[in-house]
Amino acid sequence: MTFTVEQRHLIDLVREITLKEIAPRADEWERAGEFPRPAFDALGRAGLLGLVYPEEYGGGAQPHTVYLAALEELARGLLSVGLGTSVQTLTIFPGFAYGTDAQRAQWMPPACAGEWIGSYCLSEPESGSDAASLSTRATREGDSYIINGRKAWVTHGGVSDYYIVFARTGDDGARGISCFFVPASAPGLECAKVEHKMGMQSSPTSQMVFDDVRIPVTNLIGHEGQGFEIAMAALDGGRLGIAACSVGLAQAALDAAVKFASEREQFGRPVIQFEGLAFMLADMATQVEAARSLTRAAAERRDAGEPFAKQAAMAKLFASDTAMRVTTDSVQIHGGYGYVNEFPVERYMREAKVLQIVEGTNQIQRLVISRALSRPS
Amino acid sequence: MNVVVLVKQIPDPANPYELVDGRLKRGVAQKVMDPGDEYGVEAALRLVDQFGGEVNVISMGPAAAMEAIRRALSMGAHKGVLVTDDALGGADALATARVLAAAIKRSEFDLVIAGVESTDGSTGVVPQMVAELLGVPQSTFAKEIEAKDSSLTIKRQTAAGYDMVECPLPAVITVTAGVNEPRYPTFKGIMQAKSKPVDTVSLGDLGLGGDDAKPTQSVDAVNPAPERGAGEKFEDDGTGAAKVADLLKQLKVI
Ligand SMILES: Cc1cc2nc3c(=O)[nH]c(=O)nc-3n(C[C@H](O)[C@H](O)[C@H](O)COP(=O)(O)OP(=O)(O)OC[C@H]3O[C@@H](n4cnc5c(N)ncnc54)[C@H](O)[C@@H]3O)c2cc1C
Ligand SMILES: Cc1cc2nc3c(=O)[nH]c(=O)nc-3n(C[C@H](O)[C@H](O)[C@H](O)COP(=O)(O)OP(=O)(O)OC[C@H]3O[C@@H](n4cnc5c(N)ncnc54)[C@H](O)[C@@H]3O)c2cc1C
Repeated sequence: MTFTVEQRHLIDLVREITLKEIAPRADEWERAGEFPRPAFDALGRAGLLGLVYPEEYGGGAQPHTVYLAALEELARGLLSVGLGTSVQTLTIFPGFAYGTDAQRAQWMPPACAGEWIGSYCLSEPESGSDAASLSTRATREGDSYIINGRKAWVTHGGVSDYYIVFARTGDDGARGISCFFVPASAPGLECAKVEHKMGMQSSPTSQMVFDDVRIPVTNLIGHEGQGFEIAMAALDGGRLGIAACSVGLAQAALDAAVKFASEREQFGRPVIQFEGLAFMLADMATQVEAARSLTRAAAERRDAGEPFAKQAAMAKLFASDTAMRVTTDSVQIHGGYGYVNEFPVERYMREAKVLQIVEGTNQIQRLVISRALSRPS
Repeated sequence: MNVVVLVKQIPDPANPYELVDGRLKRGVAQKVMDPGDEYGVEAALRLVDQFGGEVNVISMGPAAAMEAIRRALSMGAHKGVLVTDDALGGADALATARVLAAAIKRSEFDLVIAGVESTDGSTGVVPQMVAELLGVPQSTFAKEIEAKDSSLTIKRQTAAGYDMVECPLPAVITVTAGVNEPRYPTFKGIMQAKSKPVDTVSLGDLGLGGDDAKPTQSVDAVNPAPERGAGEKFEDDGTGAAKVADLLKQLKVI
């Protein structure tokens, strides 16, 4: 796969914005636990928040391979921003793929431009991996739905302008779930708790409470009962995003390790000259390259219109495990300096962990892959 | 208002460079538009947003200087001219100015914007020579620009503060870093840049000959500034403050 000159320039632009606007402030945002809205504004203005969507809705009409290369650059600078961009793209998907023309025209342009930030509300306190067991309920009342319940782990919960909400409209398990667009301004919608996390402090993760939240029926996406299908289709794409973020994070950890090992001297020479470390670095580099290739291959399938769910799960699994391993090894290569926050690698290691958990834990990815194996297409 | 911006392509200051016979070895270092020239592009875009007209970007340099023009186009400039010619290798400031003036004259302009000085050559004289060759007034070190129909007022940065300078158009101005916050290219801008008109012209196309490109100055040697030695360290045993004060006096700082 080769990029066109313009696509190369686009990826360079992302790298430039990352280096100039994001990386220098990453520590400050993380320490303050501050959501970097200005960074998302800048990305939106530059046209980077809706890259894969059609131009008529404010998107960039780019293939997923290009979008994922851009995500990789962002995650290299700060995972919160890379993951946030992936989540934004995920929240635009239901309206785009299952919405009406009117919904697309109304919701997509401001989301693609970053004027609106969105959240994706599937998980609940009692319903994680078993998403079909969710209990938030939407009850039809005339021209409205009334939503009641509690959503957990909502990325950007509290700072978002809209929420894509999966709620129960019927009692028959996965087939009783529907998908809704809920504006942040809807009365009864509240941010109940912001979680204190191991990492990604600048990406707020919150519990959102829905207390008689009334929305017009025109905010239903797709038809009643189609919600679970929409949620799973969105996550297939989301997993590619998590894979790309994993590759970017692992690359940052690898780069830091190579730099440190080249500069740090012990026993009279740079520690990179000791085979014990050099071979670790070789393994790390190999894994990063393999993760990137797997991610890109899955994206190419998607761009070609082929089924890609199994490959996306493989990419997410492999890339996030790689990010965990490579960031851990990067801390090891830094020795004591890896354990203090003057170097970024302890942050990378804390960040990597979440990638093995979100958008389906890596156990769930194995479930997806093994199920696909047992019903060969 | 039609505004010409002069932009120079330089080796990325973030990367190491290599000199051969006092000249930059091209094709090694990655090239970028001189960051100092982004302010000029931004200033021009704002004026055209306000008054209408077009932004025309002109650069002289090797073929790779097209990158600087492309950058300006993806920020929103309308068209460009690249002057490139083997005879221009090693051109000095005067030759550069002759070439740029000739390229500017090819179309109508109300204003020419340049940087105060380039990041690599940093002679800081090309824009002045261009103004002279064009026979228009020049107004330099602008940290703020305000335009009316046929005149321009700038805040001119000085050591003590600033002067207000007014001049009729057409004119040449130079802008300082800090005159504005240059925008990033946009994704749309990048995609549109390829369909914007860019003329690539040679010396002959400008009606100039090899003599016009001949340097009257040449660089004999380029030496890196000496590395700074370690500073003096004062242990504070109670007399530290006095020792520091003595040193500052010695250096005539206080
Ligand atoms: C920082 C962060 C941001 C998040 N953002 C969002 C968001 O924006 N929107 C959203 O909807 N959700 C979000 N989540 C939620 C995330 O998707 C869930 O945490 C994840 O799906 C796991 O659910 P759970 O935490 O309830 O764990 P559980 O499902 O309770 O899992 C507990 C353990 O059991 C394992 N397990 C469960 N089922 C099986 C099985 N069948 N086989 C083998 N092992 C199994 C899991 O792998 C895990 O190790 C976020 C989470 C975090 C930490
Ligand atoms: C160490 C060194 C190595 C050099 N190597 C080379 C070389 O390899 N090849 C070579 O050709 N020249 C070389 N030069 C010459 C140098 O590029 C010229 O002096 C230059 O063309 C003009 O001088 P300046 O960059 O100092 O311009 P300044 O007067 O400092 O520039 C002010 C402004 O004028 C405008 N401007 C200047 N030059 C151009 C341009 N070319 N196109 C468009 N706008 C411009 C820009 O707006 C700029 O901000 C070298 C000079 C030095 C000191």
